[in-house]
Amino acid sequence: MDWQALRLSLSLAVWTVAILLPVSVVVGRMLATRRFRGKGVIEGLVMLPLVLPPTVFGFYLLVTLGRNSVIGGLWQDLFGHQLVFTFEGLVIASVIFNLPFAIQPAQRAFEAIPNSLREAAAASGMSPVTALMRVELPLAWPGVMTAMVLTFAHTLGEFGIVLMVGGSIPGETKTIAIAIYDRVQAFDMQGAATMSSVLVVISLVTIAATFALSARVGQRPMQ
Amino acid sequence: MTLRVTLQAKGPIPLDLSFTAGKGELIALVGPSGSGKTTTLRTIAGFWQPETARVEVAGVTWNDTAAGVCLPAHRRRVGLVFQDYALFPHMTAAQNVAAAMGDLPKAVRAAEAARLLRLVHLDGLDHRLPADLSGGQKQRVALARALARRPDVLLLDEPFSAVDRATRDRLHDELMGLRAELAMPVVLVTHDIGEAQALADRMVVIDGGRIVASGAAAAVMSDPVALRRLGLREIAAMLPARIVAHEQDGVTRLDTAGGPIWVPTLTGEPGQRVRVRILAHEVILSRDRPAGLSAQNILAGRVVGVHPGEGPGVLVRIAVGEAELVARITRRSCEMLGLVPGDRVHAILKTMSVARGHVAQDAHPADR
Repeated sequence: MDWQALRLSLSLAVWTVAILLPVSVVVGRMLATRRFRGKGVIEGLVMLPLVLPPTVFGFYLLVTLGRNSVIGGLWQDLFGHQLVFTFEGLVIASVIFNLPFAIQPAQRAFEAIPNSLREAAAASGMSPVTALMRVELPLAWPGVMTAMVLTFAHTLGEFGIVLMVGGSIPGETKTIAIAIYDRVQAFDMQGAATMSSVLVVISLVTIAATFALSARVGQRPMQ
Repeated sequence: MTLRVTLQAKGPIPLDLSFTAGKGELIALVGPSGSGKTTTLRTIAGFWQPETARVEVAGVTWNDTAAGVCLPAHRRRVGLVFQDYALFPHMTAAQNVAAAMGDLPKAVRAAEAARLLRLVHLDGLDHRLPADLSGGQKQRVALARALARRPDVLLLDEPFSAVDRATRDRLHDELMGLRAELAMPVVLVTHDIGEAQALADRMVVIDGGRIVASGAAAAVMSDPVALRRLGLREIAAMLPARIVAHEQDGVTRLDTAGGPIWVPTLTGEPGQRVRVRILAHEVILSRDRPAGLSAQNILAGRVVGVHPGEGPGVLVRIAVGEAELVARITRRSCEMLGLVPGDRVHAILKTMSVARGHVAQDAHPADR
């Protein structure tokens, strides 16, 4: 059992969720409530990671974040090391790849809130921020939680992109999914089985949590 | 505390109108769907910005496109009651009401919420979630929440259209009972002419974004231009009356300036003043006091106006004491009777043509 890889995977998942939580609320709400030019384009871009093969997506991330790219070069100047094949690079890739899982459920949850409730909040003297905290988030929270659980579970299991952008550097970018692959390549079926079962348990728990939360959404007295 | 509104917009619903509402005055915006009533309300509340708008409440400019002033909705002291209630589903009745008092210290909110819920007859239901309340109860919570904002103007957007007829009648009565508490201008949007007549001090008829008639309900109800918009079957007068007695056989005797009338049993104490909505097409006219008739409501009055319509109908206005009745009869009948202003005439009304919802409690008992 490669505990270091599991720890790295969990750490990557926590960072991804921490970064995507505010993003899912802000972007999800914006896509749900605003009408603006280019909204369809943004929605399409957010969905893109769902349809592109992870290797293709990983390849473009590698090119975009690599040493010879603008972003990669800037990172190199600022921090003295390159961005790809590091944990930070992995976090960035993971955040981008998880955008559809983080934003979609949040957007649906905000869309389910009738606009008259937003207006009632404003008419009741609540500022937009107060209305978000007191009315919209309590109602959209199960959807946002679902988004975060999906993101968490998905990050744990991601393979292709992690391999493309991170390589397989133990302690830096070697996640549990890659460790399992390594074990199989080394004919260590026992090790692969142990780690796989740990992932199965974690995934089952997250799915169960998601279902429990969706059931609560159903119970909500939404008009 | 006065509301002054001037709006102009090209679309999506064209608007070009201007009106005012005084302190404690309830004005009803009536008109067909898509005429701009709700848009007008939303502009006052700050949810929509037309090309040209001037909204002034209690001397404070909320919106003035010429001067570039537009107060955001949450900074306008407006109480708003929505057609679909728009209660916060995750908050109890009391929390919903308290939510509109964010500007008050926390200690005050709970007590004030309880007082407002008592005011709308919901004491004991403070801890219910909206999902566990009936439509009428939800709308009472919504009204309490609107009042909790201590608004400078109260806006009611078709507030009674989602509840059944009986609940609506009860809510009408309760709103009339609350009128003494309402010191601010009240704007009611409705497509129910009877509701407007029962509740409003003044009616503003809107069509295509323009005001086609405005004034006291009685005046609007005999304005041929307004009537074309409202629909002829909605023409009615509000006859002031006083409850005399509830009789054994299920009718209530009322006294009016034109004599006694009987209507299906009302709630209310003898001596209480009410107004009865009398639909013009239900009124029969007779020169002589008829005898041997099943209808027993026979009011003596005097013709004050005869207004031929575009079709076969004629609208006859009849003064009954200080009040006025309207009768819509055929041109043929009018010519047969030879009615001209000044003639004595009897208006005959079937008891059964008065529904419970046609009787409104009096808004200002002290004035009469």
